[in-house]
Amino acid sequence: MRPYNAFLGVHMKTKNIVEKTMQAVFFALGMVTIIAVATISAFLIINGIPAIREIGLWAFLSGQEWRSTGANPAFGILPFILTSIYSTIGAILIGVPIGLMTAIFLAKVANPRLAAVVNTAVELLAGIPSVVYGFVGMIVLVPLVQRTFALASGAILLSAILVLSVMILPGIISVSRTALAAVPREYEEASFALGATKTETIFKVSVPAAKSGIAAGVVLGIGRAIGEVMAVLMVMGNVPNMPNLFEPARSLTTAIAMELSYATGFQRQTLLSIGLVLFCFIMMINLILNFALKRGYKA
Amino acid sequence: MIEMNIICAKKLCLYYRDFQALKDIDLDVPAREITALIGPSGCGKSTFLRTLNRMNDLIQGVKITGEVTYHGENIYAGQVDVTALRKSIGMVFQKPNPFPMSIYDNVAYGPKLHDNLSKAELNDLVERSLRGAALWDEVKDRLKKSALSLSGGQQQRLCIARALSVSPDVLLMDEPTSALDPASTMKIEELMGHLKQDYTVVIVTHNMQQAARISDRTAFFLTGDLVESGKTDEIFSMPKDKRTEDYITGRFG
Repeated sequence: MRPYNAFLGVHMKTKNIVEKTMQAVFFALGMVTIIAVATISAFLIINGIPAIREIGLWAFLSGQEWRSTGANPAFGILPFILTSIYSTIGAILIGVPIGLMTAIFLAKVANPRLAAVVNTAVELLAGIPSVVYGFVGMIVLVPLVQRTFALASGAILLSAILVLSVMILPGIISVSRTALAAVPREYEEASFALGATKTETIFKVSVPAAKSGIAAGVVLGIGRAIGEVMAVLMVMGNVPNMPNLFEPARSLTTAIAMELSYATGFQRQTLLSIGLVLFCFIMMINLILNFALKRGYKA
Repeated sequence: MIEMNIICAKKLCLYYRDFQALKDIDLDVPAREITALIGPSGCGKSTFLRTLNRMNDLIQGVKITGEVTYHGENIYAGQVDVTALRKSIGMVFQKPNPFPMSIYDNVAYGPKLHDNLSKAELNDLVERSLRGAALWDEVKDRLKKSALSLSGGQQQRLCIARALSVSPDVLLMDEPTSALDPASTMKIEELMGHLKQDYTVVIVTHNMQQAARISDRTAFFLTGDLVESGKTDEIFSMPKDKRTEDYITGRFG
């Protein structure tokens, strides 16, 4: 009689070895991400700081002129910082209302069949490469903007804002839609039972209940807008001016992309410094995103 | 003249697509009384309750024939204002479902939808509603706290206060105590005894003792049929139908 020992035996040992091995594999692969992030951070900090140190942090961040190749070079990136901030704010101002309304439509209003069609469109929009957005922007939007506002060129900040506001839609829509769909049906029923209309229920109960998720969608959109390179490069004109809605401008990302192919020596170092500034922006946005998501799970 | 029956269902049938959930229901609900709807799970009692304030409108594929009159008017007629109807016929749900807002905002939500009240009027209304639900003394010092911080029993009384805030005439309660502990259940039953002085109450319960304790009239549902209805003491002491007797003596369900 071996009632308990029946569960032990040789195969148990093998199982243990397999378990231990698999855990080691999972751990090792999990580390890949951390190593990548650490490497990028270290690279940017090590390579970005020298130029900032030589120019001076304040002069670098607040300088209004960028003449990286001139006889009398100047390395002020305030125009790039402001352009990135303005284009992001502009894209959010246009993209969020459209995205939120679409999410409400998908989660609460549309019948399932129509919602599936719109949803497919949203997913396709998310899958379009940014160079295609830029291309369409260049061929269609830029001339249209030029004619509409009677400008010398349509490759201006406004065009970039318009392209970015479409590009951030899929992220905002899918995150907000998920948050809205997760609002307990009971909340909405309680609202209807008090004599609220569907619109009142959506805006006074569903949207507030999903606000953390919607905030996460907005932050995701901010991240996408501030980090976009290719499409912006193709429609914004890329002149390192202080930003103006109707003039060409250059953002943090495009400032790097414009000169990276030929820059050497100190000029190259300043581009890495711009990368470090951009990295800091993205980090802040991610912290805000994590905060918004955590609050979402608590509520 | 005192109106006897505030709600009357006549030949009411309800279909979920091909499935008939209610079959020719004829039931009168007298004013200022508690009417209990009993029956085993899936018998149609909750479905019937939700036809009385047209909450079934929200479910796709529901078709209704026959009529339900409220103060003599068919609520399924074409031009009925469903929001006004639901304001008059309030509802409390099985699972306490306060909004994720403050206690105050939960109660103020309904009145803010319908009336433009001053801050003082609103404060007063919130207090009256919370008193009406026997919750005021427990929450008066923390009205700005989240409603989700309350216990289950308190949450359910908050939901009752919320329903009272829009001055309804009828309260529909869908198994309001089934998710609560015995002490909270007792409090709510006690509260219902007070509520029937001012409101007509229709309650769905699968707890027969509860129906016997609190209701004036009882209606027994079985597989979509209304088997029997009448005064609660008669239904429980001498049911006319064999199936009612079997159910209330615990032979099935």
